[in-house]
Amino acid sequence: MVDALQGLLQGLFGSLFPLVWTLLKIVLIIAPLLLAVAYLTFWERKVIGWMQVRIGPNRVGPWGLIQPIADGLKLLLKEVVIPTGSDKAVFLIAPMFAFAPALAAWAVIPFNDTLVLANVNASLLYIMSITSIGVYGIILSGWASNSKYAFLGGMRSAAQMISYEVAMGLALVVVLMVSNSLNLGDIVQGQGQGYFADKGLGILSWNWLPLLPMFVVYLVSIVAETNRAPFDMAEGESEIVGFHVEYSGMAFAVFFLAEYANMILVSTLASVLFLGGWLSPVGFLPDGILWLFVKISAVLFFFLWIRATFPRYRYDQIMRLGWKVFIPLCLIWLVVVGCWMMSPLNIWK
Amino acid sequence: MEFKTFVFYFLSAILVFAALRVITSRNPVHAALFLVLAFFTASGVWLLLQAEFLAMALVLVYVGAVMVLFLFVVMMLDINLDRLREGFWGYLPMGAIIALLMVGEMGLVLGGNYLGLFESSVRQAGADESNVQAIGRLMFTEYVYPFELASVILLVGIVAAVALTQREKRKNKSVNPSQQVFVKARDRVRVLQMPAEKRD
Repeated sequence: MVDALQGLLQGLFGSLFPLVWTLLKIVLIIAPLLLAVAYLTFWERKVIGWMQVRIGPNRVGPWGLIQPIADGLKLLLKEVVIPTGSDKAVFLIAPMFAFAPALAAWAVIPFNDTLVLANVNASLLYIMSITSIGVYGIILSGWASNSKYAFLGGMRSAAQMISYEVAMGLALVVVLMVSNSLNLGDIVQGQGQGYFADKGLGILSWNWLPLLPMFVVYLVSIVAETNRAPFDMAEGESEIVGFHVEYSGMAFAVFFLAEYANMILVSTLASVLFLGGWLSPVGFLPDGILWLFVKISAVLFFFLWIRATFPRYRYDQIMRLGWKVFIPLCLIWLVVVGCWMMSPLNIWK
Repeated sequence: MEFKTFVFYFLSAILVFAALRVITSRNPVHAALFLVLAFFTASGVWLLLQAEFLAMALVLVYVGAVMVLFLFVVMMLDINLDRLREGFWGYLPMGAIIALLMVGEMGLVLGGNYLGLFESSVRQAGADESNVQAIGRLMFTEYVYPFELASVILLVGIVAAVALTQREKRKNKSVNPSQQVFVKARDRVRVLQMPAEKRD
């Protein structure tokens, strides 16, 4: 079927065919992603509702399933208020700065051993550099709003994101050290071999077990990196205010979309880097894209779970955890893994 | 025109425009943002030259970290534009000399091929060869001493920055987390038993 479609498009567009084909693939990634973002918000409200012995949204559509669409429509119809004295151009660019990196990073994410938009050698490096741009959305929206509250909120969360990026980057360095590659596809393939994988217990040969401290650091860092509870200094509804207090309507919705798209992105990265991507956990079941979705959902559930159960951290505690606990831990573990790889006990050959 | 050439001119046009706006824009935050755009486009040009490691490192380090901290500072400053503007003619000769020097240096680098500066031309790597691996191997074998020297200099910079900011005695009211964890309720709260007073 794919070949037939390819042939048809080749006939239709001629020399423009590669461009059209790539655009089609991009749409095939982005459209389900946006749908997933919409239903992640719904799932979050349901899960947190159940955990707190509430019902959650159940009015719009059967079981409340149309709720995210209704929310989106409501935000679309609202007026985008631009505050007086704000820097209009920067004010409107800031949400795009927050959202675009979360989409652009998907270009190199492998869904299985052949299904990837751009199979580049330095894909992990690409993801790290693209996601580091996301912080501009926060810092610029804080500044452009011309409001002291938004500005302080923007500074606070930008400082938080930069701090945790360091710990996250160091955790990724350990991963790429043991997989001997920067290519995400190769990193997944590398997790599918070893003592346990040969015994049919692939789940024990994935990176999460030998690199358990890094996995924990990574899991906590991605929560801080996406500004989610219990590290949601960016919002802090109850005591302090965040960078997007002046945003309304669709401009706010784009920040909202960016947050959830980032959550899905980092969950995918955690599944690919530590949980074996599309590999099956046991030998008797086939590998497949379905496993990747199961793992992404599990990490996303972790996000919602800790949001429902943990109180918010204090700001100085967040910074202390990032700089004084995680970064030294990562540096020590980097040396430990380096020595491990040089010793005869090396398991990553 | 080949597609690659078109991309090159497209990126270069944006790069030149952004670089010009960095020095001409009135608002310092806008200038910093145009510098971000210039870095980003420059990394695109580097990608065209197949220097993917340098391109990504440029975005990761300069756009993702350095410029963010730069913006922090610029946004915090109370900048008076009129005071910045005065003394333009006084600074002009100095600026012109520096600009001329830079033009000369760039001319030497760019014209190096014509002037025969580079005896050994740069080896062109194949498309499938990993740039990162090649750079890493060179850095840790042939250039390991300069590399370690650079990292020691960076370490000295870090220590100096910390020492400079911590010269005075700490005045903040930070708490010791390990003590905080072991606090018991009875250390903080005293429950008193008071007999109820009789009503007259």
